[in-house]
Amino acid sequence: MMEILHCTLNGRPVEVGYDLRESLLDTLRDRLGLTSVKRGCEVGECGACTVLVDGEAIDSCIYLTAWCEGKHILTVEGLQDENGELSPIQRAFIQEAAVQCGFCTPGIIMSAVEIVGSGRTYTREELRKLISGHLCRCTGYQNILNAVERAVEECHKVAGR
Amino acid sequence: MEVGRSLDRVDAYDKVTGRAKYTDDLRGSGALVAKILHSTIANGVVKSMDLSEAQAIPGVVKVLTCFDVPDIQYPTPGHPWSVEEAHQDVSDRKLLNRRVRIYGDDIAVVVAEDELTAERALRAIRVEYEEYPVYTTPEQAMAPGAVPIHDEHPDNVLKHTLFNVLTPGAQVRDVDEVFADPAYRVFEDHFDTQAVQHCHIENPVSFAWMEGERIVVVSSTQIPHIVRRVIGQALGIGWGSIRVIKPYIGGGFGNKQEVLYEPLNAWITTQVGGRKVKLECTREETFQNTRSRHAIHFDVKAAVRPEDMRLMARSCRAVSNQGGYASHGHSIVANAVTGFRQTYPDELAHRSDAYTVYTNLGSTGAMRGYGIPQCNFAGECFMDDIAREMGWDPLAFRLRNLMPLGYVDPTNGITCQSTGLAECIRKGADFIGWEKLRAEYARPQAGPVCRGVGMAVFSYKTGVWPISLETASARVVLNQDGTVQLQLGATEIGQGGDTVFSQMCAQAIGIPTEDVHIVSFQDTDTAPFDTGAYASRQTYVTGKAIKKAGESFRARLLAYAAGLTHLDPGNLDIQARQVVNTRTGTPVLSLAELALEAFYSLDHCEHITAEESIQCKNNTFSFGACFAEVEVDIPVGKVKVLRIVNVHDSGKLINPKLAEAQVHGGMSMGMGYALSEEMKYDDKGRLLNGNLLDYKLPTAMDHPELHALFVETEDPSGPFGNKALGEPPAIPVAGAIRNAVLQATGVAIRRLPMNPQRLVEAFTQAGLIGKEE
Repeated sequence: MMEILHCTLNGRPVEVGYDLRESLLDTLRDRLGLTSVKRGCEVGECGACTVLVDGEAIDSCIYLTAWCEGKHILTVEGLQDENGELSPIQRAFIQEAAVQCGFCTPGIIMSAVEIVGSGRTYTREELRKLISGHLCRCTGYQNILNAVERAVEECHKVAGR
Repeated sequence: MEVGRSLDRVDAYDKVTGRAKYTDDLRGSGALVAKILHSTIANGVVKSMDLSEAQAIPGVVKVLTCFDVPDIQYPTPGHPWSVEEAHQDVSDRKLLNRRVRIYGDDIAVVVAEDELTAERALRAIRVEYEEYPVYTTPEQAMAPGAVPIHDEHPDNVLKHTLFNVLTPGAQVRDVDEVFADPAYRVFEDHFDTQAVQHCHIENPVSFAWMEGERIVVVSSTQIPHIVRRVIGQALGIGWGSIRVIKPYIGGGFGNKQEVLYEPLNAWITTQVGGRKVKLECTREETFQNTRSRHAIHFDVKAAVRPEDMRLMARSCRAVSNQGGYASHGHSIVANAVTGFRQTYPDELAHRSDAYTVYTNLGSTGAMRGYGIPQCNFAGECFMDDIAREMGWDPLAFRLRNLMPLGYVDPTNGITCQSTGLAECIRKGADFIGWEKLRAEYARPQAGPVCRGVGMAVFSYKTGVWPISLETASARVVLNQDGTVQLQLGATEIGQGGDTVFSQMCAQAIGIPTEDVHIVSFQDTDTAPFDTGAYASRQTYVTGKAIKKAGESFRARLLAYAAGLTHLDPGNLDIQARQVVNTRTGTPVLSLAELALEAFYSLDHCEHITAEESIQCKNNTFSFGACFAEVEVDIPVGKVKVLRIVNVHDSGKLINPKLAEAQVHGGMSMGMGYALSEEMKYDDKGRLLNGNLLDYKLPTAMDHPELHALFVETEDPSGPFGNKALGEPPAIPVAGAIRNAVLQATGVAIRRLPMNPQRLVEAFTQAGLIGKEE
């Protein structure tokens, strides 16, 4: 039995058919072609499928598409500005060598968007806790933390706080 | 200089924008889904299957079983093939197996229109088994009367090797003579390492279809050319009739240096008329059905000369739990006992005794370090235990016995062509404050929370020569604007290969790295031959091919320029994207002008390319050290790593920033190995924690700041002075942490991981817990 979802996806209104049993992960990947959203465990353990729903980072593999009616969904595909410029977070991930195999990267970047969007600064230990829902086997998290820290600092500076 | 620059990764932009394509991202629509039926026993035979109910489910396209597959046994490890039968890999599995050897063995497969239908059909298949006893340990499997897991190996021993190695010039018969000499102090000990998993975040996945009579497989693999060969072997068809495509991969760490389900998927598509079929492991299947790191038991013995701390002789007996299928077989424990021997060449003699034993646990294979993290734990714990007993500084004891420059391995001839190991030790000791901390923590510590500092060192060879073939090839193709394409069979698996390959190519030609466009994906129809990403070999072996191809290409560019300008090519150079007359120092034409002329000249049109292959008959040792400072909360068995540093001699660094990142990841894997990771099985052979919740992979909260330092030697055998870096960072961490725990508590831990359960047991046994109450 197919349903129709109406939501805002990366700033644009979207209507898409979906199966009531379907996870947001499958709808985004298979019906909407947003393949930045990665499948790593399908039970909310690894964080690779993280997207923002109304500004909140969630594991899309354990989030039903049906719950997204009328909501705003943001994925990595929606982060570049209208001129194609990378967001400061994406830039920080490149500059800090925080990317290796890249499979966990889109998910962690989305959590970083949530962190940066909070408008406050964090200690290193707080950042460790905030990204601890993401598993990465390549980096030891060292350069990821450096990147998130840098993005938080830069955005804070720009915001003039 | 392009080599040595800390450039951003060439694939970073695509990865942060989510545009980098991994296998499943390329699948497109309309693929059928294949799901595997796994056995519910660990040892036995499938007697019969009832498929009627499953086949009747709407949407089920086909049910294929172990009774249907070709009667061909094939090998799965990502080794170069050997044309000598004696050196060929063990062929011990079929696409689906009637003879069940592990819990969850692959016995049937459902192909359906969608995943839910496939899952439902799996549950509708009825299986009747004949069950045998389950063997989870080598001891059980080797016991008299045990049922052979493979008929080819009636005693369940896949292989046993015994090597007595005498140091050239030594006047002794064997190690036993040295151990019996009253002039020396003799020590014996035993250590155990556990099975752990790679935990790449992308699970193994492939999709396959047919183009005419040929099979195309897109797969997340480290070794596309080897996958092509093994599919051919498994299906009994010509290797040229298979095409394998490797996109970006979400980590491998050795698990994808294995041909996993590609042959099965290739066969499935032939059974459904060549339709596209996807086969993706769940996380639970990845744990249960792919590979893991061997658990190895070590019995070690050493004789030392008290006067000068010299190791006179050692022996190492290692028993490796292979699990149900051979995979890389005996190579890994053989590498472990050899690695144990090499770091500290004994004065007189050494004995290596290694067993690989089939059991009914999950199959073990290659994982970052290939047996060396295991032997390094045993060897480095043993060094500290000896030093402690003798009252020696463990750092001084190691320095006294390190492999010297010019060392030649007496069995395989691998030579120490450069070493910065002593310097790595000094640098690490300075960083951590070794002397001060060692003295401070040696004093009695009050209360239940104690601190200690520990170290470990390692050596690691670069590539697989002379144990196996080493070969690589590279192709450089000119573009109309003077930039180039670089095509390789070597693979980017997250380590940064594509970036450093581009830098090497640019260096060899004399152009900026920005002008090298690397073709990241391998398609075995077009990618030059290379065996792939393993053994930390690519910067060394593939690097030689890139250098050769780049130099040939440069010579062709200059020859063409010489023809255009009527100058001697010996007087031409490439500088700042220009061909320059070196006599006058003036540019004669730009590379862009040269390229355009070469492509479209009505007089002399030539498409300038260079393709070279090399065989590498050389090898060299990488080195490094880890220093760790820990705090141990004794009553709760909790180790907190306060500070940790790895110092590496990997020769010249091609890209220091990426090298540092590579070390961070290895240190993290080493910390998980030391403190939390372990695959736990019950006595029925069932994996109890095959998911990322119960398997304790370190999170960001489980790490201190990771420090990576380097000692850059110039290795004469490396294409750019470089040697192995990929795997080594994972090697010394567990030993260093364990030795720090030893200093903190006085308790010598002999088994990994050092999780709270194990530590509380060990501290209780040592009387540190439960004494005063």
